[in-house]
Amino acid sequence: MSNNNADTLLRVENLKMHFPIYRGVFQRQVGAVLAVDGISFDVRRGETLGLVGESGCGKSTTGRAILQLYKPTAGNVHFEGVDLIKLRGEELRHMRRKMQMIFQDPYASLNPRMTVEQIVGEPLIVHSAATGKEIHERVENLLGLVGLNPAFATRYPHEFSGGQRQRIGVARALALQPSFIICDEPISALDVSIQAQVVNLLEELQEQFNLTYLFIAHDLSMVRHISKRVAVMYLGVIVELTSRDELYLNPLHPYTQALLSAVPIADPVVAAQRQRIILEGDVPSPANPPSGCRFRTRCPIAESICAEKQPEFRELKAGHFVACHFAERFL
Amino acid sequence: MPDLLLDVQGLETTFNTPDGVVHAVNGVSFGLKEGETLGVVGESGCGKTVTMHSVLRLIPSPPGKIIAGKAFFFGQDLLQMSDEEIRHVRGAQISMIFQDPMTSLNPVLTIGKQLEEPLAIHLGMSRKQAEERSAELLSMVGIPKAKDRLKDYPHQYSGGMRQRVMIAMALSCSPQILIADEATTALDVTIQAQITDLVKRLRDELGMTIIWITHDLGVVAGLAQRVIVMYGGYIIEESDVLGLYANPSHPYTIGLLGSLPRVDETEHSRLFSIEGAPPVLYNKPTACPFAPRCKWVMERCWNENPMLEPVATDHRIACWVDVKTGRPRS
Repeated sequence: MSNNNADTLLRVENLKMHFPIYRGVFQRQVGAVLAVDGISFDVRRGETLGLVGESGCGKSTTGRAILQLYKPTAGNVHFEGVDLIKLRGEELRHMRRKMQMIFQDPYASLNPRMTVEQIVGEPLIVHSAATGKEIHERVENLLGLVGLNPAFATRYPHEFSGGQRQRIGVARALALQPSFIICDEPISALDVSIQAQVVNLLEELQEQFNLTYLFIAHDLSMVRHISKRVAVMYLGVIVELTSRDELYLNPLHPYTQALLSAVPIADPVVAAQRQRIILEGDVPSPANPPSGCRFRTRCPIAESICAEKQPEFRELKAGHFVACHFAERFL
Repeated sequence: MPDLLLDVQGLETTFNTPDGVVHAVNGVSFGLKEGETLGVVGESGCGKTVTMHSVLRLIPSPPGKIIAGKAFFFGQDLLQMSDEEIRHVRGAQISMIFQDPMTSLNPVLTIGKQLEEPLAIHLGMSRKQAEERSAELLSMVGIPKAKDRLKDYPHQYSGGMRQRVMIAMALSCSPQILIADEATTALDVTIQAQITDLVKRLRDELGMTIIWITHDLGVVAGLAQRVIVMYGGYIIEESDVLGLYANPSHPYTIGLLGSLPRVDETEHSRLFSIEGAPPVLYNKPTACPFAPRCKWVMERCWNENPMLEPVATDHRIACWVDVKTGRPRS
């Protein structure tokens, strides 16, 4: 993935995030959880890149490592051409204004002791982006933007429903006028009818402010709906990356195929006709991943080479990357 | 009606809270035929779980209270039974699988101990018999080396395997009815597919009657024969599964289906969204509970709460409006 496009906003190269495991009286390191183990991708300005995978595949860790909320073990993260990993202190803080995050749980990610005005206004104060009366005006503006009544600014988070709280989270992320927002499972804690409200809001804001999203989710239907391109993760690596329609119509990786076939479709006629690929077993532990291809223990087409050699993440069609020794079969 | 295995009539349940009395279930009636799979769909707080817990008398009281209704099971009203009698029904004749397999298993007892308990209590098996039957049950739900794994503790099982254990436990006394409450919600999609597949296989093998409670209209489409949609403590639509998805007729059901993106969607359009949030009912509604969020709302909706009425064969809705014409239904 070396196209040095001018419209590339974020470039992640061989990113690794390993968490050490300590044991015993002397707390010696006995191993590491390979949460993210060498992934590369670009995010283009104005697009939404979906990052899907099951729990424990490293998708959230990827998001956090990009924002330098964790210090990555290895790799580069270029944002607007600047390598974030080399930045320290004030320089990094300055870059953070341009990158924000919306968290999964709207109940846990808002401080219950702060009013909405304090929550949404805090980034403005921390980054000295506004002072005094201006803060109040900006907060009212932001609340209006996300569809909340500005008069609610003096209320506390518990007075709001889940969907409204997620709107507060969105307002907070927008406060510093970022160009890039990582949405980490922003709707999975919400009811179905509320999910659509929040997704529509995110889409409207994207058009209005030309925002770039990294949309992390496990819900493949929602990712297909909101993304331009989609990356599929399995056990710390990206197994497939391509445009959304290509991924859903011509999946080349056996894991993507199984994942897509497992998604329930709200249509009994289609559901009855569909051939489902049921994967056996569970995802192995990222502390002790299988040799070679990570997916081989559950893969319906695995052969001996899969245990010996990690498949290269290669471009098999224009813009369609896949990491599987046998992906040609599905072309 | 003798052909109904379970016949619930006019069930009403309330909860006393510091903020007032919450009317969680407001007159729910449904029948369950032998051998069918009934899907119960709705968002959090719609009363779907409280309905089933009321039927099994699992509502903590206080604060909960079943204030009206009947639930006939083999001609006997479950709601009038003594505590002793209902205990013989629960787990033995009607059993339940819960949402979170992590918190519904006891972490300090082995899987074997927990599986053997209902066998000893309800079927009076000896330890040895119970142990053998437990191993059988575990292999039936697809856990390899079942005999060895009986000695393991819940934390040694993955989420999907724990849910398999819950299913094995629920099936241990060969119940007439299995109630699954959001049984696959906490699981990943590939594991969810494993579990729904397992349930379908067991249903066909054992001829089980199932009530499948979920918020996921996708799961129900592939599993149920008949579906009930709940909102604000009422059943607002009831239909056979094909009719519901081909011809959803209540504005809420239409909205729910419209707000779901489909994994096989090819054209991008904005999702249909239902504005507002589900109600918390401190008073039993005198109007349609969905009226504040409804696009088709009319004068009458604010004054009278509609009853379930047929719109087609095996298809009933509680709504004053004919959504196709936007005019009152005649």
